[in-house]
Amino acid sequence: MNASVSSSVTPIGAAVRRKEDHRFITGKGRYTDDLDRPGQTYAYFVRSPYAHARIRHIDPTAAKAMPGVVDVLTGADIAADGLGDLICGWMIHSKDGSPMKMGSHPALAKEKVRYVGDHVAVVIAETLNEAKDAALAVEVEYELLPAVADLATATDGEQIHDCAPRNTAFEWELGDKAATEAAFARAAKVTSIDIVNNRLAPNAIEPRAAIGEYDSGDEAFTLWTTSQNPHVARLVLSAFVGIAPENKLRVIAPDVGGGFGSKIFIYAEETVCAWASKKVGRPVKWTADRSEAFLSDAHGRDHITHAELAMDEAGHIIGFRIKTRANMGAYLSTFASSIPTYLYATLLSGQYAIPAIYCEVDAIYTTTAPVDAYRGAGRPEATFLLERIVEKAARERGEDPAEFRRRNFIKSFPHQTPVIMCYDAGDYVASLDKALEVADYKGFPARRAESERNGKLRGIGLSAYIEACGIAPSAAVGSLGAGVGLWESAEVRVNPTGNVEVLTGSHSHGQGHETTFAQLVSARLGIPIDQVSVVHGDTDKVQFGMGTYGSRSGAVGMSAIVKALDKVEAKAKKIAAHMLEASEGDIEFKDGRFTVAGTDRSLAFAEVALNAYVAHKFPTSEIEPGLKEGAFYDPTNFTFPAGCHICELEVDPETGVVEIKSFVAIDDFGEIINPMIVEGQVHGGIGQGIGQALMEGVTYDEDGQLVTGSYMDYTMPRAGDLPSFTVGMTQTRCPSNPLGIKGCGEAGAIGAPPAVINALTNALGTEDVPMPATPSRVWAIAQARASRLAAE
Amino acid sequence: MYAFDYQRPDAIAAAAAILSADPEAKALAGGQTLLPTLKQRLAQPTALVDLSRIPELSGICATTEGVSIGAMTRHAEVAASDVVRAAIPALSDLAGMIGDVAVRNRGTIGGSLANDDPTADYPAAVLALNASVVTDRRSIGASDYFRGLFETALEEGEIITRVDFPKVEKAGYAKFRNPASRYAMAGVFVAKTAAEVRVAVTGAGQSGVFLWTEAGDILSSDFTVQAISGLALDPSNLMSDLHGSAEYRAQLAKVMLKRALASITG
Ligand SMILES: Cc1cc2nc3c(=O)[nH]c(=O)nc-3n(C[C@H](O)[C@H](O)[C@H](O)COP(=O)(O)OP(=O)(O)OC[C@H]3O[C@@H](n4cnc5c(N)ncnc54)[C@H](O)[C@@H]3O)c2cc1C
Repeated sequence: MNASVSSSVTPIGAAVRRKEDHRFITGKGRYTDDLDRPGQTYAYFVRSPYAHARIRHIDPTAAKAMPGVVDVLTGADIAADGLGDLICGWMIHSKDGSPMKMGSHPALAKEKVRYVGDHVAVVIAETLNEAKDAALAVEVEYELLPAVADLATATDGEQIHDCAPRNTAFEWELGDKAATEAAFARAAKVTSIDIVNNRLAPNAIEPRAAIGEYDSGDEAFTLWTTSQNPHVARLVLSAFVGIAPENKLRVIAPDVGGGFGSKIFIYAEETVCAWASKKVGRPVKWTADRSEAFLSDAHGRDHITHAELAMDEAGHIIGFRIKTRANMGAYLSTFASSIPTYLYATLLSGQYAIPAIYCEVDAIYTTTAPVDAYRGAGRPEATFLLERIVEKAARERGEDPAEFRRRNFIKSFPHQTPVIMCYDAGDYVASLDKALEVADYKGFPARRAESERNGKLRGIGLSAYIEACGIAPSAAVGSLGAGVGLWESAEVRVNPTGNVEVLTGSHSHGQGHETTFAQLVSARLGIPIDQVSVVHGDTDKVQFGMGTYGSRSGAVGMSAIVKALDKVEAKAKKIAAHMLEASEGDIEFKDGRFTVAGTDRSLAFAEVALNAYVAHKFPTSEIEPGLKEGAFYDPTNFTFPAGCHICELEVDPETGVVEIKSFVAIDDFGEIINPMIVEGQVHGGIGQGIGQALMEGVTYDEDGQLVTGSYMDYTMPRAGDLPSFTVGMTQTRCPSNPLGIKGCGEAGAIGAPPAVINALTNALGTEDVPMPATPSRVWAIAQARASRLAAE
Repeated sequence: MYAFDYQRPDAIAAAAAILSADPEAKALAGGQTLLPTLKQRLAQPTALVDLSRIPELSGICATTEGVSIGAMTRHAEVAASDVVRAAIPALSDLAGMIGDVAVRNRGTIGGSLANDDPTADYPAAVLALNASVVTDRRSIGASDYFRGLFETALEEGEIITRVDFPKVEKAGYAKFRNPASRYAMAGVFVAKTAAEVRVAVTGAGQSGVFLWTEAGDILSSDFTVQAISGLALDPSNLMSDLHGSAEYRAQLAKVMLKRALASITG
């Protein structure tokens, strides 16, 4: 009976290979565009070529007569069917108490178009080529209006939405204004900074795609779509847009090739595919090409900020005052309003004990693509601002930036910040010290001298970031305006033969859930990892769930699985007790076996599972047959991953080329389920962070035309642009969830940009280095430096 | 893409006949420029005339003057060719800097020169080396060949068959890549013969590749890096865009010239 535990159990903390990779690497992944439905038609969108125009007239007659055309639909058809607008699901109130001004956002434009790429009509045809041909024949008469492409001057521009004077969606504040003013009044020193956080295009490898299908027999829709949160998509499409009741709308997000936030949102295209499939009586498929992705995927970041930091004589930060203007683009996307507010200003205390903070955020419409969450979502903006101003303050004080940080670190927990968050655990000194050691901070002056001998400018920069992950306690976010709760669900379904399916409301689109979630179950139930399958992304299979974003799947999604596993274990113990003829309290479960305490009488997990379904050995009047348990887990707090990143780089002053010589990331993610996957997440995040700092930047011209509409002009980081990262960990357990997990998905993208720019400003001897710090910009700054030095 | 006919003749004359008969037909070489253009529906040829099965268009051979490269020779072949490397090593180096592996395995020298992108690499070599672009009709000297942005001396339906490069004493190429596209923001090719030094700049000029005569003149009398230390390129005819100002490109051209020289003079 005492067979030893299967060696193939995968413990928590093991760097097992990703189970899903075999499928992906051998080309067997099934993405939305890989699917074809019988009788399928193809949608192609007629998009606005103008940033801002009134639509005088649309005439689809000629297009409808083109070969292969099934139908041409416009905003008028949507209105005639009584469909609702796309919505923004987070209500923000302005300082004066008024609700945010949400401009009408129909899936196909009605009176106006508001950005280049805005959806004017859809052509549905037998082939994609026929749809594209006919799209050219859709006659649209526009009355041009002035574009409002520049965030800095947008409040004085042509009004974009009738409901939003001065193109302002809201003017919001957080923190204690009076206390902050008082801190500034007694400050010994004030450092101020002006920051632009550059706009980014998300660039998931798989572009967005959708197939809508209507079954007239069941009067039910199926929508395959590239979503990070299929249940939320169904809820919005059902309850707000009104495509169909939830029970008549199945949303499937199959394999999804990256999202970075951009696939959270409910866009016009999938809405139209679902709706049109009933109108034309055939499945309707759409896949974005890369140009459409650049135009119409929700962008990220795009802030202009002025901030001031107040310090006392001894160099303690005593106040922080921030005024940010956030670009919302042409419409409020699904969660857009929460990003520059509750996901931004609540992190402005960073790792520092700052007694008073006051932040104002104006959310501004422009005639550009909507802006919403992108990897980090608000937190990179907060971290960039804070870590830049802290660095600058230290330099102005003539102090080592590491020591200035150390003095101001929060050192006892829990710590209540003045901006809502209550940090539960952390050790910022530990990550700083480790990062300084690994980066050989002390040896920097010698390396700098060596670079100087070679005609290069060397710099080093720190970033001590914090983020709030594991969003989030439902009541808390509800009180802040969220339209949804942010719990997660799980169901653990033990089969009679003892293997397991985990149904999760999280959604994997690159994060490796099929491995880490299975690892958790393997470790807990003592069964091999390949006997655990993870099911996600299908509203017909999986109970309602909230999806994956904000590094929440570990902390929240896995906690729900733990809760379900607790219930499975409790019930299995009851059954085992009957089978072993012992009392329930004497049953111990360990290493996959149920044992009567103090005896050698035991049962394997699979034996109990089988008996749960055979149901011969226990009274079914007391214990229901079967072994399947569900759970909904609502977190009690955010989680607070934090860490210290150090970037060291060299500038070639002749060309402005920046070479990153080393990048050290020491992160505290709490407990780690799979260190290999965590490291991969950190690498990807740092890559994107360096991309933001040095390369990426969405640019519109003054007419609102997208200049960076392809990879010819939008610079993505390539492997050769990046050094080999040095990644390490410190660890404090997260006290608020059963696994002690904090989350790691966004840390790199949050921590890296300020580390890079702090290093660059250090190298160049000026605080004024914009992102992206492209070679031409860096060269101009290096030139100015050289003339300055020559003049001295 | 719009629909088009596809033809794959096996002789130059047959290809020329199709192209001459139909001005809307287009030659297809590696497709690295033409196919993306078609995919974006920016061109609508009636027919594509695939040149890949015409034997006379490919191959590299040593000639008494230097090296002759067939129009359909892929960038990767030029980069790897012992014949080219023996004659003009800088030309193999240049071919190896074009795009990425996939582009180099498909793209051709004939296609690149027919297209004459102002940021392409080959034009710098052709102009500095004073090569001849040979077509089914004539031989065109480099100085006559390049006519501006995407404009060449080629007539309607004229097919490049090969490019003849004369051997030179010394040559070098240095390229500053556009961070996004990796095409040249400034690519400088220096070629030294017994008679003169020619310096050609690609990627920077408002009207495509050009000879930097001032640099050539100075280097003709003193072929050293020091000789050009006081030299500057006038930015007034250079491109200015998202990726850099004309002044920046002037600077890059200077730096690339120095690096090209350093690669030769060591
Ligand atoms: C991602 C990417 C990166 C690139 N990077 C670079 C780079 O760094 N540097 C660089 O120089 N180039 C670069 N290119 C362009 C590449 O070098 C192409 O090979 C070149 O532009 C066109 O050559 P092709 O053989 O593909 O021609 P095609 O695309 O087939 O044809 C181009 C044009 O030339 C015409 N044509 C082709 N052959 C002939 C002929 N023999 N006679 C007459 N007309 C002809 C065609 O009709 C067409 O109009 C890049 C391309 C891509 C896709």
